[in-house]
Amino acid sequence: MNRRRFLTTGIRASILAGIGGAGAMVASKAGAEQLVWQLDPAKCLQCGRCATDCVLTPSAVKCVHVYAMCGYCDLCGGYFKPDTKTLTTAAENQLCPTSALKRKFVEDPFFEYTIDEPLCIGCGKCVKGCSSFGNGSLQLQVRHDRCVNCNQCSIARNCPADAFSRVPLSKPYLLKQVNEESQAAELTGKKGSSDE
Amino acid sequence: MSKPGKYPVRIPRKTLNRCFFMLLVLILTLQFQEVLGVQRFPRPEFESGYVQPETLQPSARSGVLAIVDVLILIISLAVVSWLVIKRRSRLLVFWFSLFSLVYFGFYRQGCICSIGAIQNVTLGIFDSTYIVPITVIAFFILPLVFTLFFGRTFCAGVCPFGAMQDLVSFKPQKLGARMNAILGLIPYIYLGLAVLYAATRSDFIICRYDPFVGIFRFDASFGMFLFAGALLISGIFIARPYCRFICPYGVLLNWVSRFSWKHLTITPSNCIQCRLCEDSCPYDAIDMPVTVKNPETKSATTRKFILICLLVPFFTLLGGFTTSRIHETLAKVNRKVALTNMLLETSNNKDQPESIDVTTFKSSGKPISQVYSEASLVLKQFYTGSWILGCFLGLVIGITLAYRMVMIYRTDYIPNKGTCFSCTRCVDYCPVERNNEGLTK
Repeated sequence: MNRRRFLTTGIRASILAGIGGAGAMVASKAGAEQLVWQLDPAKCLQCGRCATDCVLTPSAVKCVHVYAMCGYCDLCGGYFKPDTKTLTTAAENQLCPTSALKRKFVEDPFFEYTIDEPLCIGCGKCVKGCSSFGNGSLQLQVRHDRCVNCNQCSIARNCPADAFSRVPLSKPYLLKQVNEESQAAELTGKKGSSDE
Repeated sequence: MSKPGKYPVRIPRKTLNRCFFMLLVLILTLQFQEVLGVQRFPRPEFESGYVQPETLQPSARSGVLAIVDVLILIISLAVVSWLVIKRRSRLLVFWFSLFSLVYFGFYRQGCICSIGAIQNVTLGIFDSTYIVPITVIAFFILPLVFTLFFGRTFCAGVCPFGAMQDLVSFKPQKLGARMNAILGLIPYIYLGLAVLYAATRSDFIICRYDPFVGIFRFDASFGMFLFAGALLISGIFIARPYCRFICPYGVLLNWVSRFSWKHLTITPSNCIQCRLCEDSCPYDAIDMPVTVKNPETKSATTRKFILICLLVPFFTLLGGFTTSRIHETLAKVNRKVALTNMLLETSNNKDQPESIDVTTFKSSGKPISQVYSEASLVLKQFYTGSWILGCFLGLVIGITLAYRMVMIYRTDYIPNKGTCFSCTRCVDYCPVERNNEGLTK
């Protein structure tokens, strides 16, 4: 009986050491800051998998409007289907399948576009339209009020562009912003050419 | 500034050249504007006093709450261990498991969980670039440590999956030792595959095929809903089917619990073999007394010993060999291998429209040979991994068989330290009073 007790105690101690060792090994490079998933709009291809591959329905990825980048166009590439003839808010003209992108008149000839987030499914159709014909102010982002921060993001696994990565909790969004400098350069360039 | 349309008829050559140059610059900037983030249409200057709305960026769950989760886990483990070992009260364990179901299940939505943490820890060991969150490490280690001291109290009242299944186990049936042994092999397969896929950076299968998370979120895919439904319905007759026959973390807890320091006992004092607790355990986790009139002869025992010594290595090698034959099939889950397969498929039959993955890869400009070499490296990892996995599974099968061959003599009714969930149901059946040896109530 004594030998048995000795063995059990030995095994117990080695298990404890094993658990502790494995923990310490992993913990030695554990980050103090928590990480969350985010997608980089610069890499995003708007393939539509964000809408289908998230564990949540509707997806935690939604379209986000960076108003500072928007041109407030009348003919919005993100709002209208490419073959639209009359620029009205009629359902058959809208690119958004759930009518989550709202168009509102501001002043001639500008229109404001806002996203009704509960309706948005993150399919990225408007994002594709906006980035191909407009300024790219509509961008897909993981909304952290919805994201459950899975161990392994199931959209990230199937993202063809490898646009998903873990970002620090303190800076959880990767929105494209207006590059003020190059914008200014472009404006002066335009001015210069019209001067002649 | 001259207005358009008022240009002089003759434009000097120098100006024309400059104009051309400017146009070229403009076209070039237009081409690269997506990269630079330059706007095609400038921001309008509003005259109507329109105020631009701000882009909302809702923040994620704060990191402080993650530490609160760990604290609640520690407190829960301590409370349940106390309820099991000291209070020996089934009712209180049950009520506490309801709290765990609500907090870790419906409020935390089954994520973060100790079962899935196996994969993070594995990936953390094999991938030096992967940073494991400290809370995940805590969720992996704490239940194991508590199990080493007090048995599987984590299963009894902290794990929301167990609590959920305990709610539906109305008519538990006995499965028999053989059935339990056969079905009990599934968790080893699941654990082995989960570790293999996590170590090769392929997938987190425990999270992907988690049946209850979809229920906690009221948002399951149809397949997972069916799976969870089947588990819960079969759970009426087979108590805790997930815990006993699927849970990969249960394997680790089982191993550790066998060497637990203090474990739940059926009787508070000495067993009087009254047989009252015999049918009390819904999980077939009570070891019955084994007393035989004619014990095995020495030669029979020796023969069994030699047989086991031959069987176990044989099964180990057979398992390793068999599993290594299917390593290519196993590797299909890996993205790099999947992409290579897709590329090969598209080059073989050109009629089919190519998938978006292939199109993206082609436009990325990476050489195909790089993907092939990466995929073959992954295949090599899978070859080694599947040998290890197969040997492990073979060893498990061998030991399971050996265990069924060996006679273990017992005089008392005791919970099997490995498979007992410390639910304390059996305690209520024992008529022996505490500190009162052998006296019935």
